[in-house]
Amino acid sequence: MSEIGRVIIVGAGQAGGEAAIRLRQLGFKGEIMLIGEEPLPPYQRPPLSKKFLSGEMPEDRLLLKPAEAYAEENITLLTGKKVVWIDRSQKKARLEGGRELGYDALILATGSRVRALPVAGADLPGVFMLRTAADVDALRPEFKPGKRLVVIGAGYIGLEVAAVARTLGLEVTVLEAAARPLARVTSPEVSGFFLDYHASKGVRFALSAQAAVIKGDARVRAVGLKDGSEVPCDLVLAGIGILPETSLAETAGLKVEDGIVVDRQARTSDPSIYAIGDCVRRPLVHYDREGRLESVHNAIEGGKIAAAMITGSAMPAEEVPWFWSDQYDLKLQIAGLSTGYDQLVIRGSMEKRAFAAFYLKAGKLLAVDAVNSPAEFLGGKRLIERGASVAPAALSDMSKPFKEIMTAALA
Amino acid sequence: MPKITYVEHNGKEHVIDVAAGMTVMEGAVKHNVPGIDADCGGACACATCHVYVDEAWAGKTGESSGMEQSMLDFANDVQPTSRLSCQIKVTAELDGLVVRLPQSQH
Ligand SMILES: Cc1cc2nc3c(=O)[nH]c(=O)nc-3n(C[C@H](O)[C@H](O)[C@H](O)COP(=O)(O)OP(=O)(O)OC[C@H]3O[C@@H](n4cnc5c(N)ncnc54)[C@H](O)[C@@H]3O)c2cc1C
Ligand code: FES
Repeated sequence: MSEIGRVIIVGAGQAGGEAAIRLRQLGFKGEIMLIGEEPLPPYQRPPLSKKFLSGEMPEDRLLLKPAEAYAEENITLLTGKKVVWIDRSQKKARLEGGRELGYDALILATGSRVRALPVAGADLPGVFMLRTAADVDALRPEFKPGKRLVVIGAGYIGLEVAAVARTLGLEVTVLEAAARPLARVTSPEVSGFFLDYHASKGVRFALSAQAAVIKGDARVRAVGLKDGSEVPCDLVLAGIGILPETSLAETAGLKVEDGIVVDRQARTSDPSIYAIGDCVRRPLVHYDREGRLESVHNAIEGGKIAAAMITGSAMPAEEVPWFWSDQYDLKLQIAGLSTGYDQLVIRGSMEKRAFAAFYLKAGKLLAVDAVNSPAEFLGGKRLIERGASVAPAALSDMSKPFKEIMTAALA
Repeated sequence: MPKITYVEHNGKEHVIDVAAGMTVMEGAVKHNVPGIDADCGGACACATCHVYVDEAWAGKTGESSGMEQSMLDFANDVQPTSRLSCQIKVTAELDGLVVRLPQSQH
């Protein structure tokens, strides 16, 4: 490989920021340019629907690092700058405004964008989305006790926002097109638990309900449903999922199939271009298939892999995918992917709000959803990593601490 | 501002001013101290922010919660003064705190 003088990272989010810092930690001496469209240095998105929304976390703590920390590592951080074109034959990236920057290696870390609500009135004032710190800055002043909020989409983000809103004293209705919340990501049993808990906190649900129109004149007044009914409200939060941000990769002619296609080494179809984070479709080694992940784990791992490739360092081990979600006093920790499970084992007690749902396929552990059960999360993660099969009776045996069960299963 | 000393597993020391109200983890991450990944950003969800609190300070950093203890139970090379650094809030009383970073997070 020829000497790499300059690395350009497009997208200064969780993945891009990680790649930049890792490059230096691995001894990369060349130039690093970290270019992001947003005005802030890389920051954490998880608190956007949790403690940053509730106001418990100020902006300086949202940032992964202060801007100076990049300067200290001799990383050129360009914020508020969008890359609009990549010329692969000349190895140049063009910024909005026309400035062109040559690169030896380029990392695409462009993340994802929210799926727009496909109904009339979605652009009315009072209708919000949640992806960026700026989105929260717009939303937070509206979070006043007594205000009526409709959350469209009962995914993790929608439910987290519902929890913050209830805690702050808003009236909350959650609309979900599927028959249960979290339908895309968890089992009916775990969905049922979250539904009941939110209901006990005063959240109203309309399930199998599709928003058809947002009504209002100068501002949102109600959400109209397909069945003709309407839910009056003061504000709406649309959380109906995200799409990988692949436009730059597509116009550059890279292979894209619901995500920029990369191999285990984060390489795209161009040997000088890597892609990491939410924007990629990557091999999921623990599951023998490819997929797109929307998680901090995936963003950080991508950053580590791309930095290792560029510096010729040892590859980091790929972790079992993991994720978390905080709602009220519930900490949900998820390891693995449950798609295709044929058996569910519950350990612990839903009534006591401390339980784990284990997902197995042909006896092998695929995934665990752990609510207020960190041992089951970490132990389950290790079992999945090793491809372990565990007897259902052992998983649900509450007479033993989970670590003991894990150790026995791995022996 | 309270001064905190982070000692890498190879002995290299970083003395950092950390504002009260931040966590010991944030003090390290925001100043590029290697050895504390803190993947979850302090949500007590990842256990990649494990540190050993210097014995002289062990009594002053507070108690770990049940959640934190369960997470630590799965960390590598746990010692009696092991903590998750995202769960230690920095206060004026912690001025001078010394924490060591485990080899496994290197
Ligand atoms: C509200 C919310 C809550 C979440 N909660 C959790 C959680 O609890 N746990 C968890 O694991 N994950 C959570 N996630 C997901 C996690 O935050 C993402 O998976 C992660 O941020 C992805 O990192 P990334 O770097 O790939 O993308 P991003 O963090 O989205 O960064 C991409 C950046 O690239 C910029 N960009 C895009 N195109 C260009 C261009 N052409 N030029 C310049 N810049 C560009 C974008 O503006 C953006 O700043 C949450 C996400 C959201 C939105
Ligand atoms: S930073 Fe994740 S547990 Fe401390």
